[in-house]
Amino acid sequence: MSAPSLGKDLVGLEPLSAEQIQLILDTAEPFKEVSERAIKKVPALRGKTIVNLFFEASTRTRISFEFAEKRLSADTVNVAAAGSSVSKGETLVDTAKNLEAMRIDMVVIRHSASGAAQFLGQRIRSNVINAGDGKHEHPTQGLLDMLTLRDRFGRIKGLKVAICGDILHSRVARSNIWGLTKLGAEVGVCGPASLLPRHVEDLGVTILPRIEDAIQWADALNVLRLQLERMEAGFLPSLREYNRVFGVTTERLARAPKELLILHPGPMNRGVEIDSDVADGPHSVILPQVTNGVAVRMAVLYLLAGGSPDWAAGADDR
Amino acid sequence: MRPILIRGGRVVDPSRGFDGHADVYLSDGKVAAVGRDLGSPDDALTFDASGRIVSPGFVDLHVHLREPGQEDLETVASGAMAAAAGGFSAVCAMPNTDPVTDNQAAIGFIVSQAQRAGKARVYPIGAISLGQKGQQLAEFGELVGAGAVAVSDDGKPVVSSHLMRTALEYARTFGIPVADHCEDPTLSAGGAMHEGIVSTRLGLKGIPAAAEEIMVARDILLAEHTGGHVHLCHISTRGSVELIRRAKDKALRVTAEACPHHFTLTHERCEGYDTNAKMNPPLREPEDREAIRQALRDGTIDAICTDHAPHHYDAKEREFDEAPNGIIGLETALGLAVTELVESGVLTFCDLVNRMSTMPARIFNLSGGTLAAGAPADVTVTDPKASWVVEPARFYSRSRNTPFGGRRLTGRAELTIVRGQVVYQRER
Repeated sequence: MSAPSLGKDLVGLEPLSAEQIQLILDTAEPFKEVSERAIKKVPALRGKTIVNLFFEASTRTRISFEFAEKRLSADTVNVAAAGSSVSKGETLVDTAKNLEAMRIDMVVIRHSASGAAQFLGQRIRSNVINAGDGKHEHPTQGLLDMLTLRDRFGRIKGLKVAICGDILHSRVARSNIWGLTKLGAEVGVCGPASLLPRHVEDLGVTILPRIEDAIQWADALNVLRLQLERMEAGFLPSLREYNRVFGVTTERLARAPKELLILHPGPMNRGVEIDSDVADGPHSVILPQVTNGVAVRMAVLYLLAGGSPDWAAGADDR
Repeated sequence: MRPILIRGGRVVDPSRGFDGHADVYLSDGKVAAVGRDLGSPDDALTFDASGRIVSPGFVDLHVHLREPGQEDLETVASGAMAAAAGGFSAVCAMPNTDPVTDNQAAIGFIVSQAQRAGKARVYPIGAISLGQKGQQLAEFGELVGAGAVAVSDDGKPVVSSHLMRTALEYARTFGIPVADHCEDPTLSAGGAMHEGIVSTRLGLKGIPAAAEEIMVARDILLAEHTGGHVHLCHISTRGSVELIRRAKDKALRVTAEACPHHFTLTHERCEGYDTNAKMNPPLREPEDREAIRQALRDGTIDAICTDHAPHHYDAKEREFDEAPNGIIGLETALGLAVTELVESGVLTFCDLVNRMSTMPARIFNLSGGTLAAGAPADVTVTDPKASWVVEPARFYSRSRNTPFGGRRLTGRAELTIVRGQVVYQRER
């Protein structure tokens, strides 16, 4: 096999090459079909033990990983911070080493601290998959967004994708920026200047100051969730004003030069960053994103476990 | 006490503008003579310093010795020994101990622990405010009476401009500087590293350069208003350097210090979430590092200090956000200064001794910093060509938290003499 491998861990899209990202997306294609079957299971990870270590609340990502693991026949354990030894003051490294002492194969980690996944990956032998670390990266979200774009446009290269909202605090934004730019898309970021990180243009993105600019410019909008606590922290005056100035509405989209694809990583604040009729409208791919999330995560788990992309294509026969 | 003769070295004494080959004779705890071919009395301990630099002992204005309260990280004795091994004959200990060094008994404790250790001198710095809480002034008179050489709430910026003003005014009565950790906490809150492209990429909350510069500007304005002496700790940004340069042009009583990590490393060092690159003020950008180097060259920054900050290894073995700030520096400062500043041509060796000995002693009004006859016999002999690799496991400090482990440096202390007694001699 001359195809690239992923290495031990998936901590982000920044360290990956375009070939590695392409490999994951291509490997996800055959896995999409597994979830459409009556019996949604292939034996690819039979006998593998995976721990889902979620230090932050998560519904969609945790369940998506769990489905991906189960559909690959892995044995899974979910650990949430509340009610575990973490709430008794155990450090991250102690928690992980204790889990590993029980002979596990993979850890999927969600943590509020940027760098937590890399920290863990450097200290345990198991494969580590980042399911979101602080404000750093959320690589599988970036990948499922890219898979969804590729499904609709047939390509990534040359697409103009505007990421809209709180870029400063968004790990989804960072993973999308790395993944899309590596595959040749043009990326714009749009949001209030108080929510754009310093020197973000040095990541190779275009700054779009107003949502109208993004709508004029883009082929697709990836609308980020606005965290309500940003108001309390003084980054914004009010949700109402945010919707007035930056909300993605049908009125604004009607003035677009072309029909825009609408993505959102969820969970949505309807009526804040996105209006309901846009979220539920014909150009929204918000639910296909969720469906693709399972396939992308199956691909990542499978490749990190050492699976060959060729086998994935005929996964049901293995 | 046996007299000491240090023979044949290059004597560098910026206090007298002297840089040349000479012998140094120490007797009765004082510098007795500096000159050519001094005869050796029979009872003198004699050291051959050929190829070495003989200078007044180095003085570090900014260390954290963790005693009382965190003796597992460092003690006055272990810190004073690490200092001696790094060529420092004196260090100034910041008051953020537990309990805080904000009263005469606490100051007296540091003084007596330092005397018992008998290594580098340890000068306590008293707190500006009781408990470093930023509200009520500590009793400066009693602190000074017990041995404090300055006051500072280091680690905790003095947020109240009123408190800073009164501290500067009140400190004038006792002729001591007020040392401030310049940081606007409303800008830096939650920050883990410098705000720039690296913090953007790593997704860590940044501390903008302006958080430091706002307080530097305020302190300069208050120094002008009060006539008090403000000493600006661990300067890290080019903006701060510009502000201090303007203040010095106006001959205000403003002095400043900078740390080896700020003239050596940049925020790139935080890549990979290396917690040994986490400190406050944070590692900045290449332009900031260059500004610090030039400021040390032109005297805008008076002194090199370490901000020696011991932490247990497992406190640093954490998520970056959770890890404590700071690194140890006493045993690497001289090597970094020689390697980064002298070898690269920023400073002459005479400039370096000025920044590490003469100026720090002068601005905190300490004895030492000179080899003038009659001065205390605090002397460091440096091998300026020694090439060595930093091995944290061999440090005298009780802690190991340094980003410089494994780094090859040039320049190392060989002999440290305090009060006419050898407190450190490296095996050749």
